[in-house]
Amino acid sequence: MPVLAKRENEIDQLQQEEASSPWREGWKSFKKNKVALIGAGIVLFFVIIAIFAPLLAPYGVNDQELSIRNTPPSFEHWFGTDDFGRDIFSRVLYGARISLWVGLVSVAGSVILGCFLGIIAGYYGRWIDTLISRIFDIMLAFPSILLAIAVVAVLGPSLQNALIAIAIINIPNFGRLIRSKVLSVKQEEYIMAARAVGMSDGRILFHHVLPNSSAPIIVQATLAIATAIIEAAALGFLGMGAQPPQAEWGKMLADSRQYIIQAPWTVLFPGLAIMLTVLGFNLMGDGLRDALDPKMKN
Amino acid sequence: MLTYTIRRLLMLIPVLFGMTIVVFFIIRAIPGDPAQVILGQQATKEAMAQLTEKLGLNDPWYVQFFHYVKGLLSGDLGESLRSSAPIKDEIWPYLAATLELSLVAMLIAIFIGVNAGIISAWFQNSWFDYTAMILALIGISIPVFWLGLMEQWAFSLELGWLPSTGRENVRDPVEVVTNLYLIDTLIAGRFDQFGEVIRHLILPSLALATIPMAIIARITRSSMLEVMRSDYIRTARAKGMRMFFVVYKHSLKNAVIPVLTVIGLQVGLLLGGAILTETIFGWPGIGRYIYEAIGFRDYPVIQSGILIIATIFILINLVVDLLYVAIDPRIKYN
Repeated sequence: MPVLAKRENEIDQLQQEEASSPWREGWKSFKKNKVALIGAGIVLFFVIIAIFAPLLAPYGVNDQELSIRNTPPSFEHWFGTDDFGRDIFSRVLYGARISLWVGLVSVAGSVILGCFLGIIAGYYGRWIDTLISRIFDIMLAFPSILLAIAVVAVLGPSLQNALIAIAIINIPNFGRLIRSKVLSVKQEEYIMAARAVGMSDGRILFHHVLPNSSAPIIVQATLAIATAIIEAAALGFLGMGAQPPQAEWGKMLADSRQYIIQAPWTVLFPGLAIMLTVLGFNLMGDGLRDALDPKMKN
Repeated sequence: MLTYTIRRLLMLIPVLFGMTIVVFFIIRAIPGDPAQVILGQQATKEAMAQLTEKLGLNDPWYVQFFHYVKGLLSGDLGESLRSSAPIKDEIWPYLAATLELSLVAMLIAIFIGVNAGIISAWFQNSWFDYTAMILALIGISIPVFWLGLMEQWAFSLELGWLPSTGRENVRDPVEVVTNLYLIDTLIAGRFDQFGEVIRHLILPSLALATIPMAIIARITRSSMLEVMRSDYIRTARAKGMRMFFVVYKHSLKNAVIPVLTVIGLQVGLLLGGAILTETIFGWPGIGRYIYEAIGFRDYPVIQSGILIIATIFILINLVVDLLYVAIDPRIKYN
């Protein structure tokens, strides 16, 4: 058996060498794309804000001072105050934590489950493929926000359940993507070679099929984070996500909308924060797609 | 074509069936006692037992499912817990309101999106191209509910140009025939009210149209750029054909397939986005109907509302699929 084991390692190594060059090429082309770099910059900016929110925020996230309710932006309160006299700037900073957290964790969940199901469907084929593909079809037959609402209607409104709902609704997007990738990779010669030397299915899937499908997954995941952030904010806005007094951007919009005439700044800044974060992920995702997977462009 | 249409229709059956299962389990999957969740912590035992009976939750699930599907097939969408009225009787006005709003939004999105994409491709790398594509990038990143709120604040509350909520001038309503107010006002010959209905439609439909418009503009541009580099377009230009005809006649016809796909997919986004837009603009559509039902834990309405929107969505995608074949004879289905 040592001969076989050696061959397996050789195949692994060859693959890694082959795989390293497209990544390097991709990085080079990403670096040249100014718009994508701006997107990455915006994302980095919000990540830093999210990490250091407690240090950066001039006031506590839930500190109330009713004597200064709905005051316009000033030197003391850069983004003004809301109906409870809370500092909107501080709340927007803390909101970055929630939105990025929901975006990253929900998409990570969708990627893991989507890849798992997609690989099984694509690799094993037959009835299991039909079953999984039909489940994906059914999930995609619902407009995504409605499916999220249905999930939250079952689980009950909370930020955590909104996160679960967003993770669930995005599973078929990743599942379908990885399934089609597996179907094409499966036909490659090195997979046949791996099988010929007696490599186990698990090892083939995780050492060869998955790494060869990672570029489109990374691209899709970056764009999915943008959508997930908007969906979480939408659920928060409808009262089905974050609950008071959580400083979630969508919830902040919903709570402030009745004061929009007296205090438009209460609505302006949380919305701008959502838009900028989403724009950052979209620009970065577009750039990654051009760099890593030009075929996906159209 | 006919065989393909029939096959495509048959393929809808498992998807529709699967959707029904999902919707059926919305109420049954609630952790704990659904009657308790619906009625709240203070509910009496009798009230809970009565509601469980009314919802048919005492039977085994497969019996419940059989009754549910049988009901759906005979057009029975259940009964609203809030109004005690059959949902099929009260849903049409809401559905019509959403259809009117979505249709207008889609027309705006297609008209502006396709034209902006064409002009951007025609004058590639011009200031128009750059401006349009930057706006499109912002457009796909903007949350529809925030855009709606900002529009409402600027054009209605601050400037007072347009009404902020509702579908018509409620002080002077016209007789309802189809529930599509653009048509009803015309039937009644009330052109003043027709104008009012349009004024009410502008803000919500623009908010709803923004994302699809941005996506359509981007895809039209890239699709047109590809087509305009092809040989037959060069030949057409070499023949001295006017650029307008080259672009709008020859190129557009060949660039339309990816645009059509995106339009089909955007309908889902539009119907989903309707729930947010309708909440902001007090638009009495199906999105708002579902939103209010959530507040009242009116599960039968939530179920039927979601089922109807999803059904419309897959039917529209079916139509788009069939349109491909009609537009592009090169596409063959086996």
